[in-house]
Amino acid sequence: MSWVPLTSLFVAAWLATYAQTQFPMVRLAFGIPFCILPALAAYVAMNHSILITTVFTVVTALGVDSLSANRFGVSVVPFFLFGFIAHISRHVLLQDQRYTQFWLGFTGGILVPLGTLAMLFLGQREPMFGSVTIRQLLLLGLLNGLVCPAFFWLFDRIQQGFDYQPLAVPSFRPDREIKRGRT
Amino acid sequence: MSLKRVHFLTLSITLMLALLLLNLPAGASTRLKLGFGGVFLPLFGLGAAAQSFVDRAAWSAVPRRSLISEIERLQKDNAQLQFEVAQGNVARQERDRLAQDLAWVRKSPWKLKPARVIGREPTTWWRTVQIDFGARDGARVNQSVLTPGGIVGRINAVGYDRSQVALVGDVDCGLAVIVAETRDNGIIKGPQTSAEYGLMEMSLLQNSPQLMAGHAVVTSGLGGVFPKGIPVGRVADTRPMEAGLFTTARVQLGANLNRLEEVWILL
Repeated sequence: MSWVPLTSLFVAAWLATYAQTQFPMVRLAFGIPFCILPALAAYVAMNHSILITTVFTVVTALGVDSLSANRFGVSVVPFFLFGFIAHISRHVLLQDQRYTQFWLGFTGGILVPLGTLAMLFLGQREPMFGSVTIRQLLLLGLLNGLVCPAFFWLFDRIQQGFDYQPLAVPSFRPDREIKRGRT
Repeated sequence: MSLKRVHFLTLSITLMLALLLLNLPAGASTRLKLGFGGVFLPLFGLGAAAQSFVDRAAWSAVPRRSLISEIERLQKDNAQLQFEVAQGNVARQERDRLAQDLAWVRKSPWKLKPARVIGREPTTWWRTVQIDFGARDGARVNQSVLTPGGIVGRINAVGYDRSQVALVGDVDCGLAVIVAETRDNGIIKGPQTSAEYGLMEMSLLQNSPQLMAGHAVVTSGLGGVFPKGIPVGRVADTRPMEAGLFTTARVQLGANLNRLEEVWILL
């Protein structure tokens, strides 16, 4: 397995975490940060091992917490649980279908922030929460739902471009060879 | 090892790691957080460089004639400001002299340092920004952060070269304020979801029928975090609470918290 596709995923997560603190115009227009990490976590959970999924979700969650006013580590459980559940359910999901990818991103975009909010309330902190939160969660879900198929397309291309291709099985089979002539 | 056992092990180890991180002492957690955030420093540097490149590119596209007229306008403004500074200096000297005569404690003028906003809160439930002003520049927790429009917030975490500012409306940034015209004391505390639109709920400590829309609100100096007299905003509307025992007012903030680019730190 080539290291390029996996590295590109971690680089994308690094850039996406930084992007979450930028783009004030997106925040001004829709009232949400440019948060696309749950969609990326969904791709990793669907296409990589449980070990890579765990490392990816934990590192990503810690990255978000390090740039936020969250207590360090509070997003680890929601991120990981989303990745974990997506990973163990991957055999029953039609992951090649665009609508499945959309709903995966949509679910992650809502569940990860909602889980983090629940963790914060459990930790007796008082985050901003009101009717506006529901609108923000739906918008985050929609954003992640829309970018998730794009991530599947992009990283599948990278995977195909850099990974070793399986050897093509030749159609020639000696036992099916038609013997001609008199023997 | 079967697949289920791997899953069980991963789940247990990750949950234990999360539990460990959440139970770290506050100091260790903050240090770890700032250390981990250092991974993003190259991107913050690149972002600032790209921004300054875009600004310069935008300036190079402005016609020479506009630049000359802009310089002329700035020269006029500068001359006027110099006169005002000279007048202010005379007034301050007079005030100091009178204060000395009356044996009042002399107040030092505010010393400000500029900082650039390099990042915003990546979640929707806090209201913070990151600035490129850290311990190496003299940043300390609880320093006030302002813009020419008014108060912005306070520094609530300090790293080596960046700090986190809790904005007005965040749960970590309560303000003790006073209405300049009526001298009514009040408080603005978070979390406030209406803060998106620059409107903050101000609870007054007593009923105030004289309070009207348009009155100026400044910091009162109570609470010991913000010095007295920093502009906060103007009263937008008022309503009585608890059968007229208290008054609640909405304050339109002077600083636009959604468009922060450069801020000033009160040293």
